Amino acid sequence: MNQQHSTTDIEATSNGIKKARGHVSQNEGLIFEKSVTGKRGIEFPPLDVPAVDPVKELGAEFSRGGVEGFPEVSEIEVIRHFTRLSTWNYAIDLGMYPLGSCTMKYNPRVNEFVARLDGLATEHPSQPDSVSQGCLRIMHDLEKCLLEITGMDGASLEPVAGAQGELTGLLLIRAYLESKGSARKKVLIPDSAHGTNPASVVISGYEVENIKSNERGQIDIAHFRQFVTEDVAALMITNPSTLGVYEENIAEIAAILHERGALLYMDGANMNALAGITRPGDFGVDVMHLNLHKTFSTPHGGGGPGAGPVLIKKILEPFLPVPVVREQNGKFTLDFNRPQSIGRVRAYCGNFGVLLRALAYTLAYGPGIRQATEDAVLNANYIRKHLENFYDLPYNLPSMHEVVFSDARQKKHGVNTMDIAKRLIDYGFHPYTTAFPLIVPGALMIEPTESESKEECDLFIDAMRAIAAEAETNPELVKTAPHATRVGRLDEVAAARRPILRWKPRQHLDTTPHKIVNTVVPTA
Amino acid sequence: MRYLPKSQSERREMLHAIGVKSIEGLFETIPAKYRLSDALKLPGPLSEMEIIDYFKARAAENSRGYTSFLGAGVYQHVRSVVTDALVQRGEFLTSYTPYQAEISQGTLQAIFEFQTLMSQLTSQEVANASMYDGSTALTESVLMAERLTRRHRVLVARTVHPEYRQVLATYAKHLGIEVEEFGFEPSGQIDAASIRADSWKEAAAIVVQSPNFFGVLESLGPIAETAHQHGALLIDCITEPLALGIVKPPEEADIVALEAQSFGVPPSYGGPYVGVIATRDKFVRQMPGRLAGETTDAAGRRGFCLTLATREQHIRREKATSNICTNEALYALVVTIHLCLLGKDGVRELAAQNLSKAHFARDVMKRIPGVTLPFSGKTFNEFVVEFPRPVKQINEKLLVEKIIGPLALDKYYPGQEKRGLMCATEVTPRAEIERLAAAVKKILQSGT
Amino acid sequence: MYPSDFRYTKDHEWLQVSGATGTIGITDYAQNALGDVVFVELPKVGAKLKAGEVFGTVESVKAVSEVFSPVAGEVTEVNSELTNRPEQINQDPHRSAWLVKLKMDNPQDAAKLMDAKAYQEYIAEKEKEQTA
Repeated sequence: MNQQHSTTDIEATSNGIKKARGHVSQNEGLIFEKSVTGKRGIEFPPLDVPAVDPVKELGAEFSRGGVEGFPEVSEIEVIRHFTRLSTWNYAIDLGMYPLGSCTMKYNPRVNEFVARLDGLATEHPSQPDSVSQGCLRIMHDLEKCLLEITGMDGASLEPVAGAQGELTGLLLIRAYLESKGSARKKVLIPDSAHGTNPASVVISGYEVENIKSNERGQIDIAHFRQFVTEDVAALMITNPSTLGVYEENIAEIAAILHERGALLYMDGANMNALAGITRPGDFGVDVMHLNLHKTFSTPHGGGGPGAGPVLIKKILEPFLPVPVVREQNGKFTLDFNRPQSIGRVRAYCGNFGVLLRALAYTLAYGPGIRQATEDAVLNANYIRKHLENFYDLPYNLPSMHEVVFSDARQKKHGVNTMDIAKRLIDYGFHPYTTAFPLIVPGALMIEPTESESKEECDLFIDAMRAIAAEAETNPELVKTAPHATRVGRLDEVAAARRPILRWKPRQHLDTTPHKIVNTVVPTA
Repeated sequence: MRYLPKSQSERREMLHAIGVKSIEGLFETIPAKYRLSDALKLPGPLSEMEIIDYFKARAAENSRGYTSFLGAGVYQHVRSVVTDALVQRGEFLTSYTPYQAEISQGTLQAIFEFQTLMSQLTSQEVANASMYDGSTALTESVLMAERLTRRHRVLVARTVHPEYRQVLATYAKHLGIEVEEFGFEPSGQIDAASIRADSWKEAAAIVVQSPNFFGVLESLGPIAETAHQHGALLIDCITEPLALGIVKPPEEADIVALEAQSFGVPPSYGGPYVGVIATRDKFVRQMPGRLAGETTDAAGRRGFCLTLATREQHIRREKATSNICTNEALYALVVTIHLCLLGKDGVRELAAQNLSKAHFARDVMKRIPGVTLPFSGKTFNEFVVEFPRPVKQINEKLLVEKIIGPLALDKYYPGQEKRGLMCATEVTPRAEIERLAAAVKKILQSGT
Repeated sequence: MYPSDFRYTKDHEWLQVSGATGTIGITDYAQNALGDVVFVELPKVGAKLKAGEVFGTVESVKAVSEVFSPVAGEVTEVNSELTNRPEQINQDPHRSAWLVKLKMDNPQDAAKLMDAKAYQEYIAEKEKEQTA
């Protein structure tokens, strides 16, 4: 594959790109390569107690000379280093980030401000409840909001990610069923599910049984009935599904499970399609988790932190992880005395800093959260409408907050979903989700969220249409994209065969101090 | 609503383009009886100013104006405005996991630097891109040891953070891992001799913490030797990694599970924090968590990408090594920037300051009549103090003086109600240490 | 393409029998489906395998495939060369990139597996399914 394109080539292809043009991108080596002995980036107040000599105090057995390899750089160099690095990232703050199933919505700045307040950021998790009333009330208020939005009865805010929420929910199911006599053996999972679902099931000690979606991407009721035996503990379902489609028979599915003593777990990853419109608690869900870093706007930060609170029906309440926030006469306490609890899934009270941001988000909307949901669904359908003549729609069902196309038409020209995704980068967008869900070969999974204006949606539609045309007229251009980035497609095979996972002095691919390659991209 | 970039007329225009009359037309797949007809009963909507007011009011209900001597896994240390300004850049704050390497080089290179810093700090060969926190990193280390040794018992010191052990117990219960705990000596160090030969036989790993929960440093060399003789791995858990600025790193350990909160991450009532696993190169394929690796593009330019992804859940599904997908990238970035600012000299100086402060505090406390230091082992910035009376009683009186006293150990160790775990760091002023000592003295003199 | 003296499984392993020794590898079809192989995990010499038992994994950048033993036996040799040069599986799957050698419990077991002709028909059928 030849990724070198002449300047004129790129210029010629840049004319149709409205959202972006190239600009100078600063080169920057690793911080370790900038280190010079004797420099430093921080100074401390002088000690106000007598200095103790570490070597004397700790003795030879425990003393260390210094941390070999740690960088020595000044403050301005640290500022420049990380600022330059930051300019190599795409971000929601720069434009639409249509990653399906990830809900990349606007992360309000006020949330960052309040999370840093003195008296919140500064609080120690082991301090007495009497001086933690503010933190406890924040958790309590968030819990009340989440219960109202989901229609559930109780919550644990402890899980720090969706996957941990899943595990917690499954352990609750296990504890409940054990209390009824038998934990049972299996958890059913539709084939359209996210990969964490089966992984969590295994960690919770259950076996996975996959169930096939029907030709409409939904669970086939007659077929499903046969699966629900005495061995089945629960069904784990994502609603709307990863196809962005509402599971029409969800209430009936719940009824079938309940009839046979099994429970319904809902992965709330797609709650952004439901908030304010319908409530899982009302349509039969027994336990679910929410991804606060999706629906509730807490920043992804390049891959975390998140929070995955679990919401439950009353029957599961005795088993919630410790501690649980309690309120009595306006006083809040942490309740540790819960003999039937599944235990702890994380130290302390979970990602409090994330919970706080989610509450700030919820308070900003109030009941108006419904409007956010409506706009998210509106955007997805608007994009679908304008692209359905250009891309194949494998499941022609009403879309909610996301739409899943396939690359079937472009494949005829040798262009696949990953190529189209990479070409979108040249057009100034982050790619959509590729190759997921697994039931759609060559999937293009697009979730615009409510944070996109009509103008941004239109630019995205233009870009996708232009790429569809390029796939026919100039497939090579698409297949070798992106062309306007600092680096081209990286050699992932080499990275995996002989992993280089840390910097070491003089043992590098290029050391001197780093290879300067002209990365200036011509402007359109 | 200020977060929504649409006018009503634009909404109508878009609905028209889609071909539906009203927004309800897009929700018809949801059976009518489950569609809400009333507005949700939620507080709000609030303006930006009202949100700030709400949270300021909550902050005022917390411990502002109090001096705290708590550590026990979460530490108060200097934080720099430089770090905070940099991590608030939208390009770091509002980007996703760096799966699209071409437009995520900033995050990827920062992760690579984080992995390098963590390897250097721990003297291990390789470290991952971070995990949820120390407690889950420890649990994942145990699962990793189980996979590496194909043994199912793990020996855990009671001097490991009690909440970490509780998390391990929750995970272990359903995975067929047997957790056997063992005690400690009068020095506060582990009592490895109390482990029966039988227990060693099928042990995947021994888990210790250094500095341990009582603040005491463990001698890892002999523990590693014994473990290896029995075919078991040594897992070292670290909750106060700043110690490694002056304390010998855990080279002997096979796996290090670390909480990096000390490096610029605010306590924030329990999270988010930064867990890390570091290990030997030969174990890397059984290590959970994301990894960034160095490679090149077709033009030979250096770049970074996520690598060894086949260990993860989105490919292995039910065969994954763990069900964790997020790391704590933003807070790993905080740690990275903070450590770059500290640098080689800074981390040593800061660690030495902690040692001096805690040394001073220890001396001041032990001069109070009736107060003793029960453990003789070497400590860093935390130590256990024994009072002639239950710590809880003393702490209640200290609260009146706006002092949050030592952590009462009976919260985790029944029967140890007179012992408290106390921490002093570079941000604990000498005058406050002296104020605490004076207050304790007065309380003890006043009888009940 | 598919040596006529080999036997094949539905999971795309091949077996070559010589006396009581069986040599096992993955087929060209399998390496092609996986893409660039980056890592191979093999059992220890002396491991006893049942027919159909997982004895190792072959990984590419984006997929992991378990390898099943076509027959029962004891591992007498593993191809440790592959640890350093996993790409050999892509380059020469049927010869130099063999995975393990077994002392077969019962050399007649090989007869139960597909011959080259049957295997080629089997994969042709597979490919048809996928394009349908």
